[in-house]
Parts: sequence; structure tokens; C-alpha cells
Amino acid sequence: MKKYITKRILISIATLFFILLVLFILMDLMPGSPFNDEKLSEAQIAALYVKYGLDKPVVIRFFLYVKNMLSGDLGVSYAINKNFAISQMVKERLGISILVGAMAMGFGTIFGLILGITSALKHNSWIDNLSSIISVIGVSVPSYVCAMLLAYFIAFKLKLFPVLYNKSLPVFSLILPALALSVSPMANIARFTRSEMIDVLSSDYISLVQSMGIKDNKMIATHAMRNTLIPVITVMGPILVNLLTGSSVIEKIFGIPGIGSLMINGIQMNDYNVTIACAFVYSVMYIIMMLIVDILYGVIDPRIRISKEEK
Amino acid sequence: MTVYHEHDFHEDDFLYAHESGKKIIDKSYKATSYLKDVWSNFKKNKGAIIGFVIIVVIILMAAIGPSMNEHTYKSIIHGHECLTPRVPFLEKFGIFDGSYMGKDYYAIKGASDYYYWFGADTQGRDIWTRVWLGTRVSLIIAFSAVVIDICFGMVYGLVSGFFGGIVDILMQRFAEILNGVPTLVVVTLLGLVLPAGMVSIIFALMITGWIPMERIARAQVMKVKEQEYVLASRTLGASRLAIIFQEILPNIFGQVIITSMLSIPSAIFLEAYLSFLGLGVPAPLASLGSLVADGYKSMTTFPHILAVPVIIMSLLMLSFNLFADGLRDAFDPKQLNR
Repeated sequence: MKKYITKRILISIATLFFILLVLFILMDLMPGSPFNDEKLSEAQIAALYVKYGLDKPVVIRFFLYVKNMLSGDLGVSYAINKNFAISQMVKERLGISILVGAMAMGFGTIFGLILGITSALKHNSWIDNLSSIISVIGVSVPSYVCAMLLAYFIAFKLKLFPVLYNKSLPVFSLILPALALSVSPMANIARFTRSEMIDVLSSDYISLVQSMGIKDNKMIATHAMRNTLIPVITVMGPILVNLLTGSSVIEKIFGIPGIGSLMINGIQMNDYNVTIACAFVYSVMYIIMMLIVDILYGVIDPRIRISKEEK
Repeated sequence: MTVYHEHDFHEDDFLYAHESGKKIIDKSYKATSYLKDVWSNFKKNKGAIIGFVIIVVIILMAAIGPSMNEHTYKSIIHGHECLTPRVPFLEKFGIFDGSYMGKDYYAIKGASDYYYWFGADTQGRDIWTRVWLGTRVSLIIAFSAVVIDICFGMVYGLVSGFFGGIVDILMQRFAEILNGVPTLVVVTLLGLVLPAGMVSIIFALMITGWIPMERIARAQVMKVKEQEYVLASRTLGASRLAIIFQEILPNIFGQVIITSMLSIPSAIFLEAYLSFLGLGVPAPLASLGSLVADGYKSMTTFPHILAVPVIIMSLLMLSFNLFADGLRDAFDPKQLNR
């Protein structure tokens, strides 16, 4: 177990360095310089280069960069908020992004489990067919299309929820975005839970439990559920990936001041520093989530641990 | 006591089958070829058939749709901005008659001679033409990205799994590190650096896209390579390449097709995501993603501009998922009764 966890952590660290290297190279390759102001003279530009440390050799700059990034100094914004520390901007916005993600994950897990378990218990009935259709649609329709539909019909036409994020009602105005984001996790969890549950219900030990005369409800709650839920963790990885990709566009659609919308602003205003800092924050979150999922999975299912160790 | 034999048997009570004059062939346990088996399983799945038909129709329309009327994807007619759909025959029934808010805007804008089947966009371009062109562009991007992923991922996985040892360890660590980089970040950053265009998008999509295929190929090789028939070819002096391509590759054929069908919707999704960030194909060229992103800007006033590309994109992704599901069940009948 220790060996497995150490290996996972080492790979995560290597990934982090790889990302930093790529980000650093991209910074150098970015078209144009952030100082495209025609009013600046040569000397002023040179002074700016010194100020931002752009005049040192590449290797030294890379290590300085790594040190800065890891210590939380993400540089300063060039365009969105001139000379403002990006770490400050990120700090203000990280919480709300995580809140939306967590709400989406919560909705997705709850609805997904309900859908998956009911369709497994009523296997091959109309409920089962209906929930299969719902989950195929949920897997197929991109989250931002759901977001647009919800924004148009529920927020704009029916006026049940605010269209744009409202600072005075944070949780209330985050419900629609979280719902839109939760569609794909819900569908994935429902599909997976259904097929796992059907497997478990047709296994020998469930027949044994039934033959012992234990009531159905108790049998499902204590015996079937446990063995269904464990493998569901395996789909958490891909689900979190989708969540991350979807969240930035959804933040933009609903005007949520989170990391994703900051990154899109950075792209649209050519503020490379901000874009790269956001990409870095996303990567760190992603790596941490993946590490947790991997370790959890190893703890729960020894077979995975062993087969990964053998590799 | 009961009587067991009501009457005795005589010699001529039974005939040998071949003497009866009929040819009898056991049909219920007839041997079928693998692909025939797959096809007959696939046929049973209604969703998969529907998905397949929709895919074929959309591909056909992407091929011929843009040239079905007099408009081109970049021809702009001033004054025709935001016209709603108007279809020659259907207009008599009060639907698709080009009215907006109860007024006939085709008459108001002096466009009574024109028919925009899906309406016109905010710049006065025909949405029908642009949507099918956009579908064509999105499909080309998705298919190219997936083909490259499959080829590269398969070779990588086959080599890594077959040679094993230090080669395998190094190649796997590299893949794992790359896999740790979120696709969102890769795609966004490459979209920023590379010049806007289809080739750049395809390149950005394939950076991490090959990893799932690589894993499948490797796992299959590991499973197959210790089996007797591979050992047999080896003792007969088959070269390593011949073993990989002739003995191992046919075994992963089914999974390759399923994975590629499943990757197409996610490629379409990522392309649309890039377009939404403003990093998609440059205007006036269109893709489904860029049409959605444009339509979104006027969603509250002219929803038809958004509706058409959204419907086609969702249909396309849904059909590919249904089709891939059907294929998976067909290739793996053990899961059919789930």
C-alpha cells in the first residue's frame, strides 16, 4: 500500500513539473509581447523586461518561475487589472468555482444514484427504459448546451432563477449552473450504477441472503448497495474531468466570477499571465483530485493496487 | 401398477433420417462467422440503428447541404439580418412562415422573394448553408483527430506492451504524466499559441486524445502475448512486427472501433468548447461550435439562430453515443442481457 501511494504521489509531482515546463515554454512562445504599447520607447521596454525578470537566461528563469508558482506567486496581470497580483484574483475566485463544482457533483451523485438504483431494481420496465434514455441524452448533450437551455427557459422565460450570478444570493443563483454541470455526472453515475447493481443483484451471495429470508429493503441497503457503490468510484475520474472542462464555459454563460471566467477573460484580452496562471490552478486542482481518486480506489479495491504495483 | 409399454416396438417403427429423402441440417447450432454474429446482435438494438441512420443522414447533409440553395456560407445580404425560418410549402400552415413577433418581417425587409429555410443570422447569412458547412467542418475535425489518435495510440500501446521491461516502464510513465495534464488546459493553451485554423484544432485535440487507445492496445497485448498461438508463431520464426500486426492486432479490432466512435462526440465537444472561447475556426468559416457561440450572443432575442446548431450538434453526439453503445453490445454479447 505504501509503495502504491508513494508511486502515485511521485507521478503527480512529475506531472506538475511537466506542466510547469510546458507553461513556461508557452510563455516564451506566446505571440507578441505584453508590452505592445506603441507609446513605449526602447529603453522603457527594456526597463519593463528587467522589472518582470524577462532578461535573464532561460534556465534560471525557469527555476525562478517554478519557485514563484509553487510559492503561490502567480505573477501580475498585464491587461485585465494592470499590475494586480494574479494570486489575489485567483484567491477571490477559487471559492466560488469550487462551490459550483461541489454543488454539481452533489446533484449529479444524488440524482444519478436514484436513477441508477431504481432502474436496476425495476430492470426492463418502463422506468428502466426511461432512465436509460435520460442517461444517454445526459451523456451526449454538452453541459453548456444544457446551461443555455436552462438559462433561456427557466431563467429568461419563466424567471424562476436569476439569469446572471447575483452577489447577494450566491447559493440561490448558483443552482442553475450547478444543475447544468451536473447533467453529465448524473448520466454517467446512473449508467454505471445500473449495470453494477444488476450484476450484484444476480450474484450468488444475494441469492443466499434472499434465501435466508432477509427483507428486500434491508437486503438492498446492507448488501447490494455497498458492493454497487465501490466500483462507482472508478467513474469519478472521468466525471471530474468533464466537470472541469464544462465549468469554465458555464461560468462565462452565467457570469459567475470564478476561475473559468477569469481564464476566458485572459484569453480574450490577451492577458497571457492570467491565462497561464488559471491553467496552472486548474492543473493543480486536477492533479490533486486524480491523486485522491486513485488512492481511494487503491484503498477500496486491493486488486487494482496489486495490478498497478505489478506494472 | 402402471403399464409402461402399451404396445411393442416393431422393426419398421423408425426410419433412418437419410432414408426419409429429406436433407436435414442442424440449423439451430449453425456456425456463424464472427462479423455476422456482430451484425445480427447489432441489428437487434433499435437505438443503435436509429443512431446509425441519423449519422448517415447528417453526414450526407454535411456533404450536399451547403450547395442546396443559392446562398454561400459567406454571402451577406444587408437588410436580411436575423430573419426567421421560412420554408416554401410549410409557410401555408402558419409555421416557418418567416414571421417574428406576429409580423411578416420578410415583407417588411423587402425579402419576400427569399426563402431562408433555417432563417438568417445576425449578419444576413443563410443559416441552412452555414449549419451544414459547420457540421462538415466539425466532422472533419473530429474524424481526423480520432483517426490520428487511434493510429498513434495503437502503435504506442502495442510497442509498449509487446516489448515490456524498461521500454514499457518508460513509455507508461510518460503516458501517465501526460495523462495528468487536463485536456482543457492543453487545448486552451495550444489554441492560444497556434494560428487559428482546422489543423491547429486537430493538433490540439490529439495531444492527449491518444491515451485511452494506448491503454486498450497495451492491455490487450499483455493479455494475448503469453498465449500459445503467439508462442507458436514465435517458435516458427515469425518476426516481432509480424506477430504484432498479424496475431495481436486482429484481437483489438472491435475495441478500436468502439473507442473511436466514443471519441468522436468528445472531439466535437472539445472543438465546440474552443470555439466558445474564441479559439475556433476563423470567421467566416463556421463549425458547429462557432455557430453555437455566435447564436448564444442573440439567444434572448432571436433564439432560432442558436436552436439550429444546438439541435444538430446534440443529435450528432447522441447518435454517436447510441451507435457506439450498440457496437459495444454487439462485439461483446456477454454484456447484452444486462
